[in-house]
Amino acid sequence: MTVIANLSRRDLLKSAAVTSGLVLGFHVGFRKFPFAEAAEEPRFQPNAFLSIDETGLVTVVASRSEMGTGIKTDLPLVLADELEADWNRVKVVQAQGDPKYGDQNTDGSRSTWQFFGPMRVAGATARQMLETAAAQTWNVPVGECRAQNSFVVHAASGRKLSFGDLAKLAATMAVPPSNEVQLKDRKEWRYIGKPRSIVDLNDIVRGRATYGIDVVVPGMKYASVERCPVYGGKVKSFDPKDALSVAGVERVVEIPATPMPSGFKPLGGVAVIADNTWSAQQGRQRLKIEWDHGPNAGHDSTAYRTELEATAREPGKVVRNHGDVDGALASAARRVMADYFVPHLAHAQMEVPNAVAHWVANTCETWAPTQNPTQVRQTVAEVLGIDEADVTVNVTLLGGGFGRKSKPDYVAEAALLSRVVGAPVKVTWTREDDIQHDYYHAICAQHLEAALDHDGRANAWLHRTVFPAIEATFQPDIVYGSGGELGQGVVDMPYDIPNVRCENGAVVNHVRIGWYRSVYNIPHAFAVCSFVDELAAAAGKDPVEYLRELLGPPRILDLKALGVSVEYPNYGVNQLVPGIADQYLIDTGRLRGVLDLVAANSNWGETLPPRQGRGIAVHRSFLSYVAVVAHVAVGDDGQVTIPRLDMAIDCGTVVNPDRVRAQLEGAAIMSIGNALYGHITVKNGSVEQSNYTDYLVPRIDITPETHVYFVENTHLPGGVGEPGVPPTAPAICNAIHAATGKRIRALPVDPQLLKA
Amino acid sequence: MPQLKINGVEHTIDADPQMPLLWAIRDIVGLTGTKFGCGVGACGACTVHMDGQAIRSCLTTLADAQGHEVITIEGLSGDGSHPVQLAWQENNVPQCGYCQAGQIMQAAALLKQTPKPTDQQIVDAMSGNICRCGTYQRIRQAIKSAAEGV
Repeated sequence: MTVIANLSRRDLLKSAAVTSGLVLGFHVGFRKFPFAEAAEEPRFQPNAFLSIDETGLVTVVASRSEMGTGIKTDLPLVLADELEADWNRVKVVQAQGDPKYGDQNTDGSRSTWQFFGPMRVAGATARQMLETAAAQTWNVPVGECRAQNSFVVHAASGRKLSFGDLAKLAATMAVPPSNEVQLKDRKEWRYIGKPRSIVDLNDIVRGRATYGIDVVVPGMKYASVERCPVYGGKVKSFDPKDALSVAGVERVVEIPATPMPSGFKPLGGVAVIADNTWSAQQGRQRLKIEWDHGPNAGHDSTAYRTELEATAREPGKVVRNHGDVDGALASAARRVMADYFVPHLAHAQMEVPNAVAHWVANTCETWAPTQNPTQVRQTVAEVLGIDEADVTVNVTLLGGGFGRKSKPDYVAEAALLSRVVGAPVKVTWTREDDIQHDYYHAICAQHLEAALDHDGRANAWLHRTVFPAIEATFQPDIVYGSGGELGQGVVDMPYDIPNVRCENGAVVNHVRIGWYRSVYNIPHAFAVCSFVDELAAAAGKDPVEYLRELLGPPRILDLKALGVSVEYPNYGVNQLVPGIADQYLIDTGRLRGVLDLVAANSNWGETLPPRQGRGIAVHRSFLSYVAVVAHVAVGDDGQVTIPRLDMAIDCGTVVNPDRVRAQLEGAAIMSIGNALYGHITVKNGSVEQSNYTDYLVPRIDITPETHVYFVENTHLPGGVGEPGVPPTAPAICNAIHAATGKRIRALPVDPQLLKA
Repeated sequence: MPQLKINGVEHTIDADPQMPLLWAIRDIVGLTGTKFGCGVGACGACTVHMDGQAIRSCLTTLADAQGHEVITIEGLSGDGSHPVQLAWQENNVPQCGYCQAGQIMQAAALLKQTPKPTDQQIVDAMSGNICRCGTYQRIRQAIKSAAEGV
């Protein structure tokens, strides 16, 4: 049985200076976690992210959550590179949730760009101290000592000492300030830029890797929770008798409903507690519950779509405005208009939400597959009414996240139940729970208009978007999108068009909305990348040529000068790493770069058989640039197949090219699902889909041959996990147009529209 | 009480014979490599071998499994040396890894029955296994490279 030891944080807190924010270059002294498994002797530990013991074993802490991106491997790899550590002598351990690691919210494709610098400094600091220790030992100038693959070498005399030999002396030295730390030249990088297998690979293929759902704590009970089918509803009454008659069922416990908007807190419901998962589920089926369905009982997503589409046809709040759009539209040689629609989507990550919590004497220890251990601490503390410092978060591997596991409602459920039951409790959602009580990707309706001149050049651009905002899940009375949401493909529209107006229409939210891989870039890139293809067709020009014209000469977008009136956080870089924010401006030259690269490698322009076509789309998101060419074939029955995808990315410096490729291959599959299958509908307040049988996701049969190309440059790293998603769906839809002459303006693609 | 043989070891399971094999393997026997994904046989995350055939353990009751030889991912090779496991590593297939035990068990059963599968045979055999990370391209490559090694 997989048993995770109770790794107490309380011992740690007694001895450690807990600080907020990312602090490097201070000596934290000896602490039990996460270095508990190494030898007990004092060791060299210049910062919170690494330790070297006297055997030379380098332990590196992965502070970000591993949900399949490879980040648990890649950030330690960056540190090891700067440290000059032999990767075979490096052990990676997953951090608990702890403010000493700084931001741990693994979301927004930002782990690499946010921590690339700090990891380099952490590694280089230690390297420099080891070199200094060697210089002292040999009584030679430190400039003559060089770290190399877990040794420090004195070339002149041929002497060398291992990191293990030097750890004890290095541990006595003052940590140099980070501005005195010399980073390696990129030509000297040992690991960065080379493909590397993930650290958990062998465990995964042997079934030994531990996900949240695999955690077993002695004395643990198993819970399954029935929740109100309507968001905002609550239990009126329930009868536990039949549930309690099921063998293995021990208790039935109500979880109080959180009033809307429920934010990160549990929806509430009735939990059946048993001595195994199946008995809990069986008992749950025998619960008799009367619900108060609340104010969303009549919500209907078909009617809601009509409302959103009507709103998108009316003027909204202006969020970007320059030039005279109305005048240019009125005097256009040709005016093009189109409406686009994207439905709610569910994450449907393979591992359902689950968590173990153990309440003991006003403290709570949790084990969870979470993208955001910081938020787990906050939410669990809040629902239990205890201090955050009394919540321990053990982060397991995640069986997929995609944004779902940024929200810790399921951990709070386990915590509340453990307090009532007086034992550790594991809550495991069913797939039906997951599909019907997700934090859904937002439904979105858009209206676009453009004026073309006599040469087919776009002279005016009007874009209206209407969607429930994620903030509506957290605050009442939110009807408009945030600057960050509108900065995902609306106000940051990069094309060189003299008259532009972007508007956002108001809408009230009725379901739980949340982040889903690439978020509002999904509807916005779908609309914008489809619409420019429509413009190319209207102008009678090749889409690649037309996009080059629209991009114009390489330039950095100055959004203020372009009339953007909402805050543009640029994916958080302005706030999270302000010192490097000016390295991440919107650069149309880089869009052009990926466009040219993918066009050159995808047989663009080559003739295809009837009912086959290629489509292209290019989009910047999460500080990276991606262009996609899709080659599709449409059967006479209207079914779409995708023989090939070509994807070019400019994400600046690449840490692990194999994982970047993997992320793009996977993003393509997810986007194929968004394009061809995904839709959540709501009737009488309840989600109509329930499992993979009616919420379809891509399988191996739709998988294209995917080719990935890199623009090679020395820019700082951009995001990788999400940027492949937004342009893939519109590239597919543009290819469908090329194949059939039919425009797809609503997702998912309806094959009925494409019959020969 | 149901008697089960899992990875060559006999177990007496103190549970309802209607309990799905999946939950007995995970919660009672304590082998957690076999994963829950959907509970309705739609995703393949729970795939194990019963008498050499790939089956969905979420739809197979203890009563159904009684008297049969069950192999889970932990018992496929013991040391990770099965050609499919090796090919999965060489091709760096997993992303989150959650579905991969099911994928590997499905692929191992395919290759046992069809040592040199065609592309279509691979698609047919693997279409019941979902990978939400989208590792299908590498799954295809890995099965082909394992087939060459078999």
